[in-house]
Amino acid sequence: MPQEFRLILKNADLPGYTPDMDCYLRHGGYEALKKALATAPRELPDGKKQSSQEVIRDEVLKSGLRGRGGAGFSAGLKWSFVDRRSGKPIYLVCNADESEPGTFKDRQILHKDPHQLIEGMVISCWANDVKLAYIYIRGEMPKAAKLLNVALKESREKGFLGKNILGSGFDCEIHVHRGAGAYICGEETGLIESLEGKRAYPRIKPPYFPAVLGLYMCPTIVNNVETLCHVKHIVTMGSGEYAKLGTPNNTGTRIVSLSGDVKRPGYYEIEVGKVTLGELINHENFGQGLKDGRSLKAIIPGGSSSKVLKAGEVFKLNRKGADGQMTKVDVPLLDLPYDFDSLQQAGTMSGSSAIIVMDDSRSMVDALANLSEFYAHESCGQCTPCREGALWMAKGLHRLTHREGRKQDADYLLHIAQNIQGRTICAFGEAAAWPVLSFVKKFREEFEARGAADEAKHASGGAPMKMAASPKH
Amino acid sequence: MSNAATTESKPSAPAPPPVDKIKIKVDGREVEVPKMLPNWQGKLEATTMLQAVQIAGGEVPHYCYHPKLPVAGNCRMCLVEFGTPMMGPDRKPVFNEDGSPKIAKSVLPYEPSTPRGAIACATPISPGMEIYPNSPATKQMREAVLESLLINHPLDCPICDQAGECKLQEYSVQHGQAGSNFVEAKVHKPKAVDLGPRIVLDDERCILCTRCIRFTKDIAGDDALGIVNRGSYNTIAAFPGTAFDNNYTLNTVDLCPVGALTSKDFRFQMRVWFLKETKSLCTSCGTGCNTVVGSREGKVYRYEPRQNDAVNSTWMCDSGRLNYKWIGREDRLQEVIVRGQKSTWTTALKEISEKLSKSATRSVAVIASARQTTEELYLLKKLATKLGALTDSVARIGEADKLLVAADKNPNSNGARLTGIASPELGSTISKIADGIRAGAIKTLVVFGEDVTKAGISADLLGKLETLIVSDILPNATTKAAHYVLPGCAHAEKRGTFVNVKGRLQKFMKAVEPKGDARPEWEFLHELVHNVTGQNGFMSIEGLFNQMAKEVPGFAGIEWAAITDQGVNTTA
Repeated sequence: MPQEFRLILKNADLPGYTPDMDCYLRHGGYEALKKALATAPRELPDGKKQSSQEVIRDEVLKSGLRGRGGAGFSAGLKWSFVDRRSGKPIYLVCNADESEPGTFKDRQILHKDPHQLIEGMVISCWANDVKLAYIYIRGEMPKAAKLLNVALKESREKGFLGKNILGSGFDCEIHVHRGAGAYICGEETGLIESLEGKRAYPRIKPPYFPAVLGLYMCPTIVNNVETLCHVKHIVTMGSGEYAKLGTPNNTGTRIVSLSGDVKRPGYYEIEVGKVTLGELINHENFGQGLKDGRSLKAIIPGGSSSKVLKAGEVFKLNRKGADGQMTKVDVPLLDLPYDFDSLQQAGTMSGSSAIIVMDDSRSMVDALANLSEFYAHESCGQCTPCREGALWMAKGLHRLTHREGRKQDADYLLHIAQNIQGRTICAFGEAAAWPVLSFVKKFREEFEARGAADEAKHASGGAPMKMAASPKH
Repeated sequence: MSNAATTESKPSAPAPPPVDKIKIKVDGREVEVPKMLPNWQGKLEATTMLQAVQIAGGEVPHYCYHPKLPVAGNCRMCLVEFGTPMMGPDRKPVFNEDGSPKIAKSVLPYEPSTPRGAIACATPISPGMEIYPNSPATKQMREAVLESLLINHPLDCPICDQAGECKLQEYSVQHGQAGSNFVEAKVHKPKAVDLGPRIVLDDERCILCTRCIRFTKDIAGDDALGIVNRGSYNTIAAFPGTAFDNNYTLNTVDLCPVGALTSKDFRFQMRVWFLKETKSLCTSCGTGCNTVVGSREGKVYRYEPRQNDAVNSTWMCDSGRLNYKWIGREDRLQEVIVRGQKSTWTTALKEISEKLSKSATRSVAVIASARQTTEELYLLKKLATKLGALTDSVARIGEADKLLVAADKNPNSNGARLTGIASPELGSTISKIADGIRAGAIKTLVVFGEDVTKAGISADLLGKLETLIVSDILPNATTKAAHYVLPGCAHAEKRGTFVNVKGRLQKFMKAVEPKGDARPEWEFLHELVHNVTGQNGFMSIEGLFNQMAKEVPGFAGIEWAAITDQGVNTTA
């Protein structure tokens, strides 16, 4: 029976569980940090010696942990790219700028169990020789920022943070930095610029890879809140045990934010790949199905920027047979295992693991207009294709949703979106283009019908079409 | 388009050999390019695709990239399709049947049928890389960027001051498409924003390339500009309540690839395609910034900087740039005056030659100007030597800055020193000349281009002279007291050379005709020298320079023809 597996949120929702130090310690808090600091150096079978810190880094790599922010990149590999020979300080930045529409997982940790994040961060700092770390938290979470600062103070008082942590000789400080309300600050190089006090314009890569030229042009690791929490559990469990959670190449657990037209929206922590999309939507342990009398129309599977999936779609997925050979297998939408690789093979992504369910009462045109207006508003405007294209798409969709559409608007929107994806400084280009590309391609008839109806209205003597000055002006 | 360097400049010269080279292909043609090339600060950095294509003789269109500014990578105009040698699972190159390396073209990871371009301005080359600056995919990417840049642009070319030297216009012709798909209402932004005392900003024309922001922050050292608002509503602005006002603001007008930033001085004065462009030099200080004079029908309309990495990079200061209006002043000296009466060159030169020839040794003194050309100073020196005259020129000292402005406000102090007309410390002999006049020993004074009443020789002293011969461009107290007034020329009205504060000899060309009877000083000086000394003069500036170079040690071995647009070093 598909069910939740709570690792990160094991304690968060326990009755009487509070975000303070005492409560965290009562539940075994900071034991992983002690264990990490006491890690012995080891010699590998090939004779290579690993320092205590290298052991932890190796554990994170072997655990198969993939970033929980959106890209799903191997956390261990990301750490391995850090330039450790530059002579410059190495920084760790926790990306707590959770703002992808539909996503509400990190805020559970930040509000209910901040010490778990701090413990994960101090371990990660120690493993990477980081003496100064930042938590970049979105401005719209003032309460969490306050809680984090209280928790940091408690950690300092208990010797888990600050000078000579737990007598190990390791010094580490963490500061909370609040954003000012821009989605782009979640892009790691935009975040770094913002942290430096500048406008959050993402940096060009090359040359500004954070692992080499990050915060203040020093090597920098940027990890998501949930990712850093997992580091604690990898230390506690050991990489071998941890990797048994989930499925191969999709290890551990993930917190899924489920929203939209389901009976029981909410956040659910699952073993990655052990639960299908259908189960997340319909099973009594999760979404408990669509509202009565409704049928499924579409699923946005990984935050609003992921490509939409249409009810009834069947995907060709690589499956390893009993003989070890890879074969292509037909997998219907609802049978897609909710993991990184399956969704990627289905042409979309698990992104920030935010599932938005849409039933047959939803207009895809209206839904897309809403999404595009968000991306037009959040485009930082640094590079041409996104700056001009994001608002252009939003204006076209505004027209289409305000009875000024044209039948050709479907192709018009595709034309704009295709000229954004892959041509921008950061992945925001894809985030703005993918909803348009996928909605229009998969629900073309809806867009064309809307445009055709407007054209018919104008042709039958209605007012001549006026180009809507929209969404803002 | 304009030749002015700042609008578009050449890549800096490659570093001296030995140079590590990389073999790459540009549009299928193999080229070898240096592995490292100077970046915007002149520091060696991995060669970029854009530099490599330029070396291969091609061009990658771009807006935000400028070789003398930090790379921004925001306009996306330089996106190019490219490929790199394919690697097998063993990390070894894969070969085609004919033995050539297989190339893996860059594609979108999530859509392998679609090419993924890279910005040529910021992407380093690697061995075996293939760049396709003219492939259909590259062209499509450019077209798309241009379409995007124009959707919210006002398309007001007919009344835009940038028309004719606008990169949007040029690239639209070369790389754009005839029509736009855009049918929405355009974004409206502030028009005619008074950004500072010399700059007007049209935010609707702005393509947000940030060249102006980077220039003023990283070159001028004045972090004065930024972007406000978000997305399509992004707007260039100065900090609230402040003006964009440093001595280099007008460089942003040159840098602006479109008609967003315009010069209050030049805007709406002249359509740029009517301007004749002449290579010249700035005369406002001893730095000798290389310039382009924009003129039409005898009137100078603007100066723009011209790239010379040994002198001014691609910049010039605002005060130098705007220091041209005196050339067209109404009160320019346009007549030869002999004892208060309009006369002719023939009469005046004949009289002066006779007077000077008859003058007793050491009864003549010469005060020249370090604003004169080296050739003129040389001729004056010849005259002075023959007459045994005391000579000097006037020092002009002000404040220097950290970028271009020199403390020496004369453009040719070193020329005056090298020719020997001035004392090593300019002006130190003037008091001696004054004493000579006061004592009655000096009876004739020859003054070129200076108002000596402000330089230690009072009007009363001038009154004691038997003969005062003055050549100048504008009237002043000295010309007023002169027995002979010989109307001279602005540098823009003649050819010649200056030697800058670093000893670099640079030449300038004639942009406009002199007013009235005014003549280039070297022309009538060579007549005087001939009449007084008997030495034959030279009818051309080339011959005159070459003769000078033979006689003046500082110019030994230099010929006029060898002085490039970038100038040459002297021993000064």
